[in-house]
Amino acid sequence: MTRVTDAPGRPSDATVRRPHPLPKRPLRNAATVLIGRGARFLTRLRGGGTAFPGLIVEHLDRDFAARALAQLPYGVVVISGTNGKTTTTRVVTELLRGQGLAVFTNPSGSNYSRGVVSALLGRVDLLGRLDADVAVLELDEAHGVLFADAVPPRFALLLNVLRDQLDRFGEIDHTAELLQAIAARTTGAVVLNRDDRRIAAIAASLPHTPVRFFGVGASLAGRFPGDDEMHGREQQHQAVHDADVLLTAIDSARATFDFDGTSHAVDLRLRGSYNMVNAAAAIALVRAVLGDGVEDTELLRTLSAVTPAFGRGETIEVHGTAVELVLVKNPAGFRLAIQSFDAADCATVIAINDHDNDSRDVSWLWDVDFGSLRHPGVDLVTGTRAAEMALRLRYDDVPVAHVESDLRRALDRALALAGGRPLRIYCTYTAMLQLRRLLAAMTPLEGIDR
Amino acid sequence: MTDPIRIVHLYPRDMNIYGDHGNVLTLFRRLEWRGYRAEVHEVHRGDPLPISGDILVGGGGQDSGQVLVEADLLARGPELRAMADDGLPMLLVCGLYQMFGHVFRSGGGQVLEGIGVLDVETVAGADRLIGNVVARSAEFGDVIGYENHSGRTTLGPEAQPLARVSRGAGNNGSDGTEGARRDNVIGTYLHGALLPKNPSIADRLISVALERRLGSASLRELDESTTEAARRLAAARPR
Ligand SMILES: [Zn+2]
Repeated sequence: MTRVTDAPGRPSDATVRRPHPLPKRPLRNAATVLIGRGARFLTRLRGGGTAFPGLIVEHLDRDFAARALAQLPYGVVVISGTNGKTTTTRVVTELLRGQGLAVFTNPSGSNYSRGVVSALLGRVDLLGRLDADVAVLELDEAHGVLFADAVPPRFALLLNVLRDQLDRFGEIDHTAELLQAIAARTTGAVVLNRDDRRIAAIAASLPHTPVRFFGVGASLAGRFPGDDEMHGREQQHQAVHDADVLLTAIDSARATFDFDGTSHAVDLRLRGSYNMVNAAAAIALVRAVLGDGVEDTELLRTLSAVTPAFGRGETIEVHGTAVELVLVKNPAGFRLAIQSFDAADCATVIAINDHDNDSRDVSWLWDVDFGSLRHPGVDLVTGTRAAEMALRLRYDDVPVAHVESDLRRALDRALALAGGRPLRIYCTYTAMLQLRRLLAAMTPLEGIDR
Repeated sequence: MTDPIRIVHLYPRDMNIYGDHGNVLTLFRRLEWRGYRAEVHEVHRGDPLPISGDILVGGGGQDSGQVLVEADLLARGPELRAMADDGLPMLLVCGLYQMFGHVFRSGGGQVLEGIGVLDVETVAGADRLIGNVVARSAEFGDVIGYENHSGRTTLGPEAQPLARVSRGAGNNGSDGTEGARRDNVIGTYLHGALLPKNPSIADRLISVALERRLGSASLRELDESTTEAARRLAAARPR
C-alpha cells in the first residue's frame, strides 16, 4: 500500500490553489466536493490511501469540515486516547445507530483530520450537506487538538494515556496535555476514564464543562494495570470519582455493567477484557450524548451484537482455520491482550514490525511480561523484528518453534502448522495491515478497498 | 549455600521508559541459567539503599520522573560515590546516566546538579538524537542499541568512552563517543534494551559481581544464536 505522504500524483500547491470563481457558499461547497471527490476517485484508482483527497480539500477550503459538521443536531463527538479508539468508536457508532440516530463516522485507520475530510467527501451532497444526526470521530491525540481547533466537539471521550511510540510522540505527560486541550475545546460534556491517573486529572481543568466518568469496579482493578502500575509497587491509582458506568464483572464473554442504578449482564461478541472496558466507555458516552433518551434494553441488545473492529480481536475464517488478529502497539496493551486471551488450544504467532507507524524503537517489548505464554509456547514469530521478539521470549523462557521474518511465508507456515487449531496473531499496526491484505487475498474481508 | 546475587534496580517506578526492565531481566536470567540464585531489589524514592547490592541498574525517565527522583538521588550521592569507588558494577542508561554525571544544564539556563559518580556533564540540545546505533568497543565488540535523547554529554578526563559510534549520534553527535566508564561503572544512552543484545556487557557486570562476592567467577558459555540473529537484524535496520 502506498504511504499517504508519498501518494503518487500529488499536485503542487500551484495546481490546487486556484481562485474560487464565485465566493458564495453553495457553489464553493459544490466545488470543494467535486474536486475532492475527483481526487478521491483518482486516489482509489491508484490504490492510494484515504488522506490524499482530504489534503487537497484542506488546501482548497479550510472550513469545509467545520461547515459540514456544524449542521448536525447532536454535534460532533471526538474519541481519543492511546488504546482502544477504534473499537470504542465502532461500539459508540453502533449504539447510537441502535438508538435511531444517523451516524457519520471516519473509517478506522484514518484517525487524523484529513481522514475525516476524506470521509466527509464521500458522504456530503453537492451543497456540502451531511445527512446525519451526529458525527462520531476517532482522532489521535495530536490531530484531535488540530481538529478541535477548527471544529469544537460537543462531546469528547478520553480513554487513556499509555506509553506508545515514544520516539514519535514524546512523553506521555505531553500526550495527556494534548488530550486536555481537546477537552478544553469541548462545548457539551467530557467523558473520562476515572482509573487512568492522567485522564482523571483532566477533570480538574474543566470547571465549567460537565464531566462524566467510566471505570472498572474494585474487584477488577488489578486486571488492568496502567503504565505506572507496571513498574514498581504500591502505586495503585485510587479512583476518586463516582463513575456513571462501571464494568463490574467479567466472566468469559459475559460482562456486567453498572449504570442507571442497575447491574446489566451482557454476552459480548467483542473479544478481550480490555474491549469490555471500551464498551463501558462507549455506554458512558452514549448516555452523555442522549441523556434521558437512552433506551437501555435496546442499548444492551445492540452492544451484544457489536463485532470486533478489524485487527482488534477480529476473527477471519481462512480455509477452515479461524485466524484472530490482535493489534498490539504498546506495553500496557500487549500485556492486557496476553492476559485477555487464553493461549491454550490455539496456535500463537507474534508479528513485530518496526516501521514508522509501529514504533521504530522496539524497547517496549522488554516491558511486556510474556511468562503466561510459556506453556504451550509460541509457534512462530515474524515481522521485521522477528529476531528481537525471539530474543525477548528467550529471556522469559518462552519456547519459540519458528522464526520467519517474511510475513507472507510466515502466514502460510502458521496456517499449515495450526493443524485445525485456531490461530491467534498478536501484531503491530503495519504487520496487521499487511496480514489483513494477505488474508483478504484468501477470503473476502470487510474494509479492504480494492 | 550463599545468599542470592542482588541486582539493585534504582527507581523502577519513575525511571523506566525505554525497556530498562530488560536490563534487569537479562542480568537475572543469565545468572539463573548458570546456576546462580539472583534477586531483584527495587529501590524507590525514600527507600533505604541496600548496601548489600551486587549490581546496580538504573534507567531513563521522562522529565517529570527526573524531577521526582532528583532530591532523593542527591541525598544518596555520597553513598553511591562510595559504592562506585569500591568497585560496585553499575549500569546507568539515559536519564540516570546524565544524573550520575556532574551537572545537567537545561536550555533555559537552569543548572541541575548530578551526583558526580561519572566525570561527565550534559547540556540540553535543540533537537532529539533518535535512532538505531552501532558503536565499537575494544572490550565488548559492537555495542548495539537505540538512542532517544536531547542531552549532549561530554566526557571529562576521568571518564573513558564506552564505545566509538560507527552509526548514530552517541554522547553528543559530534565527538564520536558513546557512553562513559570509570572503575566498574558504565553509563550509556543506549537502550533497546541494551543488555539482551549486548551480552558481553551483561556478563562483564555479572563477572565483576561474582568476583567481588565469591573471589572468582567463571561464566559458562551460553548459546547465543538468538542473540546473534537479533544483533544482526538491529544493526541492519534503518536509522
Ligand atoms: Zn534513552
